[in-house]
Parts: sequence; C-alpha cells; structure tokens
Amino acid sequence: MSTVHLGMPGVRPQHASPGSSHLRGDRSFPAKARTELANPVLRQNLQHATSTIQAKRASVVREVRDWQKLRDAGSALKWQVTDHLPEMLVQLEESVQAAGGTVHWARDAEEAGEIVTRLVLERGQQEVLKVKSMATQEIGLNETLAHAGVHAIESDLAELIVQLAGDTPSHILVPAIHRNRAEIREIFLRTMPDLDPSITDDPAELAGAARRFLREKFLDMSGSVAISGGNFAVADTGTVAVVESEGNGRMCLTLPRTLITVLGIEKIVPSFQDLEVFLQLLPRSSTGERMNPYTTLFTGVAEGDGPQEFHLVLLDNGRSAVLADPEGRSALHCIRCSACLNVCPVYERTGGHAYGSTYPGPIGAILSPQMTGVTGPDDPNASLPYASSLCGACYDVCPVKIDIPSILVHLRAKEVDQRREASGQFHGTWDVAMRGASKLMSSPRAYDAAVRASSALGAVKRTGNIGKLPSALPLIPGWTDHRDLPVPRQSFRSWWKDRERHGGAPAPRPDGDGPEDSPASGEDA
Amino acid sequence: MSAWQDARPSRVAGMSARDEILARLRSALEVPRRDEVTEPGDVPRTYQRADDRAEGSDPAKIRQLLVKRLEDYTATVHRTTEAGLPEAVAAALEGAASVIVPPGVPEAWLASSDLSVTRDDGTAGPRALDRIDAVLTGCHTAIATTGTIMLRSDDLSGRRAISLLPDLHVIVVQADQIVLGVPRGIERMGEDPTAPWTMISGPSATSDIELSRVEGVHGPRRLHIVIVEPEPEPEPGPAPDAPKTAPTSQETS
Repeated sequence: MSTVHLGMPGVRPQHASPGSSHLRGDRSFPAKARTELANPVLRQNLQHATSTIQAKRASVVREVRDWQKLRDAGSALKWQVTDHLPEMLVQLEESVQAAGGTVHWARDAEEAGEIVTRLVLERGQQEVLKVKSMATQEIGLNETLAHAGVHAIESDLAELIVQLAGDTPSHILVPAIHRNRAEIREIFLRTMPDLDPSITDDPAELAGAARRFLREKFLDMSGSVAISGGNFAVADTGTVAVVESEGNGRMCLTLPRTLITVLGIEKIVPSFQDLEVFLQLLPRSSTGERMNPYTTLFTGVAEGDGPQEFHLVLLDNGRSAVLADPEGRSALHCIRCSACLNVCPVYERTGGHAYGSTYPGPIGAILSPQMTGVTGPDDPNASLPYASSLCGACYDVCPVKIDIPSILVHLRAKEVDQRREASGQFHGTWDVAMRGASKLMSSPRAYDAAVRASSALGAVKRTGNIGKLPSALPLIPGWTDHRDLPVPRQSFRSWWKDRERHGGAPAPRPDGDGPEDSPASGEDA
Repeated sequence: MSAWQDARPSRVAGMSARDEILARLRSALEVPRRDEVTEPGDVPRTYQRADDRAEGSDPAKIRQLLVKRLEDYTATVHRTTEAGLPEAVAAALEGAASVIVPPGVPEAWLASSDLSVTRDDGTAGPRALDRIDAVLTGCHTAIATTGTIMLRSDDLSGRRAISLLPDLHVIVVQADQIVLGVPRGIERMGEDPTAPWTMISGPSATSDIELSRVEGVHGPRRLHIVIVEPEPEPEPGPAPDAPKTAPTSQETS
C-alpha cells in the first residue's frame, strides 16, 4: 500500500492504551471459558436470560414489516459515517459549540480520564453520578476518578449491583445477569447501611431499595456533576440521544449543574431525521421492546432546563486503528444493542467474563482485538476471533448488518499470517495439533494404536466424551484442549473387519442403536 | 511484563488531541474499502417514512393502536372528549393531594380536580418537586406504533425536572398530536430539534434482577394518559358522551 502524503506525516492510527483500558483480559478465552463454564448459577442465569431476550426480540421484530429495509438504511448510514468520519466529527463539534457546549478530544483512555477528572475537581466535587456507559467502562473511568479521590456512583440498577459487589459486568444490556436475587439481596444488605434487614429477595422490593438509596443522591445533585455516555450524536444539530429504561438517565441528564458525556467517535449519525432509523432498530434489537421507556435528546445547554454546563468528550482509544483495516472497520458500526450476544451459542455458555473485555460476545470478539491490536500468540485477545463457531446467527440479528463472521475469519487469517511472518512463533498448540494429527492420520497403524490407547486408558469423562487428555493421545497434543471428542465404541477399522468377516452383510452399528440393536462387538472398550 | 502491557499509543509532541485524532482517522481512511464510499444520497430510504401512505389511515384506528400499545406498557388510558377532559383529568389524578403543572396548561383541565396546584415558574428545586405527588402535562406528539409520548421542553410539557420527580405523571394527548410511525414523530420533532426532548414509552421499568420486570425505579411509577378525541359524529340514537366508538383493534402498522 503506497503512503499518501496527508499533510500530517507520521501520524498513524493508534491502538487503545493498554494501561487503563478494559479491553483485554489476563488469560486467553479458552482458559477463562473453562472457569466460567464450571459455574452452574452463571450458566443457568445466562441460558434463561439469553433465550428470553432472544424470543422477545424475535416477536417485536416480526411486527415490523420493513425491518430488512430499516437494516439496509441503518447499515448504509453507518457506512456514510465511517467513510466521512473526520468531517462528521468536525461538524458535530461545531454544532455542539454553537449550542453552548464544550468539546474535548481524547486520544486514549488516560487522556479521557484526565479531562473528566480535571473537570470534576475544578468544580470542587468529590462524588459524581454516572449513567450506564460502555465507553466509560472501557476507559476505566471509575478507577481513574478514585485515584483522584472522586467517588463515582453507578445509577443503573444492574451497574449498581455490580459496583456494590465489587464485580465486573457480564452482559452489555443486563450487566448483573450472573447474579440471582438471593445474591443481590445479600449484596444490598452488606452495602446499604440503612436497609431494613427484613427485606425479601422479591425483585420489586430490591428495586425499591435501590430507588430509595439513589433518590437521595439525585436530589442533592443540584450543584454537582454527572457523567454519561451517549447512544447517538447527531452531526448536523449537535444533539445527543441517551436511551434507557429506569429513569436514572433522565435524573443524571436533567438535575446536575454540569453534565459530562463521554462518547466514542463512531457514535455519530449524520442528521436528526436519521434517528428515525436507529430509534426503531435499537430498542427492538436490544431489550425486545417496541420502544424503551425513556429516551432523552438534548443539544448543548438549554436555558432554564437541565445542566447549565455541558462537556462532550470525544474518544479515540483504538477506534482509529479499527478504522484502518478496511475489512474490519465496520465493527465501528455497532450500536451496542447486544442482540448478537443473545443468539451466540458460545456466549450463551461462557458468559461475558470469558472475553476479558468491556465488549463481550461476537461483537467483542471482533472489536476488542482490533482496538488493542494483537501483539503475539500469547496476547489474550489473539484468542478472541476463535471464540466462535461461525454459525452466522450474529450477522442475521445485527440491526446494522455488521458481517461479524467474515470479520472473524479475516482476523483469524491476520493472526495466522502475523505468526507465520514472525517464524519460529509458529508453535501454538493449534499448529502442533494440526501437524500431529496429519502425521497420525496418514499412518493407519499409528492411528489405530492411538484410538485403542485412548479407550484402553479409560481416561474418559462420565459424559462419554474424551476431555482434555494431553498424554493419552501423545501424537495429537492440543486437539483435546479445545474440544471434547465422542468416544468411539468401536473403531471404524475394526468395524470394517467385522463387516468383512460377516461376508459383506452390514455389521451391527457400533453405537448400539442400529436397526438390529445388537450389543457392540468385543473390540469395544 | 508482557509485550502488550508495555506498548503505549504514541502521541505527536506539540499536536493537539483534536488535530491528531483527525489526522489518525484521515490516515486510516487512506486504505480504501472494497465498495464505493457511501454518500448521503446512497442511503436506501425504502422503509416506511414520514410520508408513508399508512400515516393517512383512519385517525380512529391509529388512536385505537395507540391505546393498545400504551396499555401493553401498563400505562392507564382515559379516553375522553374536550367536554369530558376535566373529569378525566380528575380521575387520573385521584389519590394525589398536590400537582404541579407547566405554565401553559389551561386552567380548564383542572376544573374538576380538588387538590393543591403549583404552576411551575422554574424555581422549585429537586427536593421541592420530590414532595409533590403528581405532575400534569400536555405533550408535543404521540407515536401510536410504539406507544411513545414525546415531550418538548415548553410551556405545555414543562421543563424536564417537573415530569421526572413526582410519582404520578398524567399526560393529556390531543387527537391531532397522534401520528402512526416513528419517522413521522421524528419529523415533527425535527421542527425544533435542539430543544430538550423526552420520549416516554410506559412507566419507568427495569428487568435487571433475573429479568423479572419491575415498574418504577427512578422515574414516575404511575403513568396515566388522557386522550382527547373528537366529539363523535352525530348519529341517530347513540349517546353523545360515548367516545368509545373507535373501531376495534386493527393493526394499522
């Protein structure tokens, strides 16, 4: 690719800063998934949540006759934004300034944290209220504020539960989905000093407790600062839209004196009228509602209504790096609805924590590694593009038609190429497994021996599958690290021998449910 | 310390964050994608837009759909006519001892209600508003397909704080404010896009605990919608005070 002179020689797209960003876990996806899969509460809650939301989504999407046309429009609008991102951002900046707002630019997580912290401290505040926001989670804003002695209180119920528990969110939409009601009651009793201990674990009572706990904070907000994210920012008017259910967003956007909104630079929609597309696509895809209970739209500062000071922080933190890959850049079109999480067979089992990033699920698997860059085979994010069966369900439900499976394949290819280039790095378990399997499978004798050995060793899980067996199949280490193999009751070769012995008549099927239902032969382990 | 923990995004000394981000993005876009660049005119607008034929459907049917959607959200709907409005408002406000109204709400709306009325002059702070039982507002637009009421910060819908803190919100919707689809609603909003807007679709709700829906977290826990319909056409026989003549539910969307 030839380099064109851009007037700014030397400025290249940059990955997210590794220091403060919550975009990379400490272990690879398979390693974390193994831990998460062992948690039965998590699996049960997840299964219930994902299937319920999935069904609700499907039923309200079915109502909309022009759904596919809306998706086409949503996708094209997002392409329009990415294709013209620099100009759109400049236009947004002008619109916000014209409406009395102040615009800040943050290259990375640290810079965004510094800007917000400075704004809060300059206003003499020690406590700020927050509206649920992916961007501020991504940049670890609460931790940055805590360093400066500022306590950030999450006002969304699920975020509050997660925060009070000292936990991390596991789902974009329902961050506390890994907690059940009894656990939540315990968390509240431990952390809300004035709570009546006779409270039951009825969700309505628990929500009531959160209402009382936060209402006091909201009412004292008059001189204070609130921090929000934003779902959409309209380039031609400077309007920011915040979509929510509980009303905590309205509180934070209306009652404080100063409002700070942290927004990823990709959240733009070109014109106000274009909201007609996204405000139809988002609620139905997200919570499975025709419309979410509350949407607030505000433009800069309005006299006599709401905050008298508005600061918009535009955040890069790796987004320019995503934009730099033409095959992967449409990951920036995501409107954070979480529909792809709920349909994903991998996410449904492992949950969000296994992805190690603020952005879990299929979209996280393409967004996180592109934002952080992948530094080598040991980088935990190198494993994310493989956290998928490529079934394609995510693409079908994506309201802006991000072709997640194709990007996953593209990122896998990139990762393999990267390792191949750094030759000598080409010794991941996967490659060794492939090489081993090829050696093994090209020798009938060796293959037969290995299969017999695996059953003879009796190292078989109760489920009847072969689990992780690094030593039982010495020639294909790694293969069973990542998948369970059904135990063959009889090898094909011995079955064939039997068949020949029976003079060509079909031999009894080794799995025991053949037409004759005969017991499997003596070759069986 | 692993390699990925050492790497830091580089910044160009002496360049502002704004200029540097814009330069990064321009540099990123130098690598063209396979398809043509999308210009505004390339966006396929084949979905049902504001001028869709369906917007001209029988207003009574559209109202019927709005009622159905609102009731789906467990909002309480009162259908009335201009003459019956004070009675309907009084019924919606039942149980409340105090109400706040935006300055432009006609006095006639409260003619049948007997409670302490505060006409908002912009001075009441959050604590004062929290002590008021109810708020009565008009609205700007109602979208039938989604059961959405749109409030603009103005004399009829009020500043945002007053419709947020009281526990009961009563909204009066006039028949001519009702549209069918979201695009028509956004178009009406677009006449004054920079005003603060609040779109309300049912009472405050959460499903954060085991996905079981709980109503009333932070916003008003009860939502009453009073729909003012035209006086029914004088027909031989029927009682003039029965506005419930709208055809039964027929999906218009």
